[in-house]
Amino acid sequence: MSDAQHGYPLGAGFRAIIRRDLTSVWRNRSDIASPLVFFLISITLLPLGVDPSDKLLATIAPGMIWIMALLATLLSLDSLFRQDYDDGSLTQFILSPQPLYLTVLAKVIVHWLTTGLPLAIIAPLLGVMLSLPSGGYWPLVISLTIGTAIMSLIGALGAALTVCLRSSALVLTLIIMPLYLPVLIIGANTVSSAIAGVGAAQGLALLGAALAMAVLIMPLAAAGALRISSNH
Amino acid sequence: MSEPLLTLDNLSCERDGRLLFSGVDCECPAGTLLQVVGFNGAGKTTLLNTLTGLLPAAKGDIRWRGDSIRSQRQVFHQELLYLGHQVPVKPQLTVRENLLWLGALNPPVTKDAIAEALVQVDLAGFEHSPSFALSAGQKRRVLLAQLYLSRATLWVLDEPFTAIDKAGVLKLEATMARHAEQGGIVLFTSHQPLAMAEFAVLDLSQFQPAPGEAYV
Repeated sequence: MSDAQHGYPLGAGFRAIIRRDLTSVWRNRSDIASPLVFFLISITLLPLGVDPSDKLLATIAPGMIWIMALLATLLSLDSLFRQDYDDGSLTQFILSPQPLYLTVLAKVIVHWLTTGLPLAIIAPLLGVMLSLPSGGYWPLVISLTIGTAIMSLIGALGAALTVCLRSSALVLTLIIMPLYLPVLIIGANTVSSAIAGVGAAQGLALLGAALAMAVLIMPLAAAGALRISSNH
Repeated sequence: MSEPLLTLDNLSCERDGRLLFSGVDCECPAGTLLQVVGFNGAGKTTLLNTLTGLLPAAKGDIRWRGDSIRSQRQVFHQELLYLGHQVPVKPQLTVRENLLWLGALNPPVTKDAIAEALVQVDLAGFEHSPSFALSAGQKRRVLLAQLYLSRATLWVLDEPFTAIDKAGVLKLEATMARHAEQGGIVLFTSHQPLAMAEFAVLDLSQFQPAPGEAYV
């Protein structure tokens, strides 16, 4: 029989959820391709739609890559808790002695590893397509790596709030968009100022600070929202 | 009678502003095997969800080992195993992988323990089968395997016999009875006639609110 004093290893549930979700994603590999394909296609089409001169493209490249990364992240958010809500896994998360904060954090980490990180990794390739000046590549990759992590964390709150709604995509977008704006502004600005020779340190520091705060607050808020959503 | 482990004290529950039942008092000492019955919509699932802490109670209190579950959520959840209507078995994972993550949310489970539990639910040899290839009954059996892995005292089972064949139902009843004999508590809902010798019944039909009080 059980004993209340029995110590529960806190990391066990966290690791199990990370492994579970990574395995699931790996077995359904084609699912993670859609944000990436969206990202690739929209950036590829851009020079065809506007004046394809190097000068214009280089000016709009940082902003465009950041906007497309933001939209690609947004596309994938709706499914973050959807399956777990539908099949009752969420109930098991809530009724587990493992803290819901860690479970949510594990899900967000997997979401970032499978959407944000690949976007950041292929971003330099898209930079070439948009003739991004040479000083912008490293700031672009680093700012997108941090920025997509922030966007996954903020998105988790929106996904948790809307998981019980039947058509949640629009509401989710409306909740999340305003919260994404500062990240977009700082992120795109970081790349532009690096290209202009001002240095990217200030923007990256701001993004880092935002990430630290989002890691602390967002999983907690999403956990609270999931407890409410599970009642419906 | 020994000290009750689980106490429902004047419990009322509502759903969408409609009072489902009110004034349920129930004391469950160790060894309780309790079937919750009532017509469709009487609030059986709501009662089970409320006493696990998933839903807030409209009125009254639920106490575990003498203290309200709201003040000791983590301790209470360590001793709770809840199997609901839904089947949280991921189709793209194998049977063993599903039991590993379900188990990790509670005390850790070993692969040997999983193999043994799968023998108990007649799924031996299915460890590495992808779960999408299982039938509905087999998926439920994957969930039921948790009964053999869990160290929880309180089992809350919502319609555990759904989609289970006759032999499986008998075996499940025996497992539930044994858990109660060993000092555990089993609360379950079911509409099937049961072969078990002794179990208590909580009939929610008796706690329906008076017509004038149904809406709050």
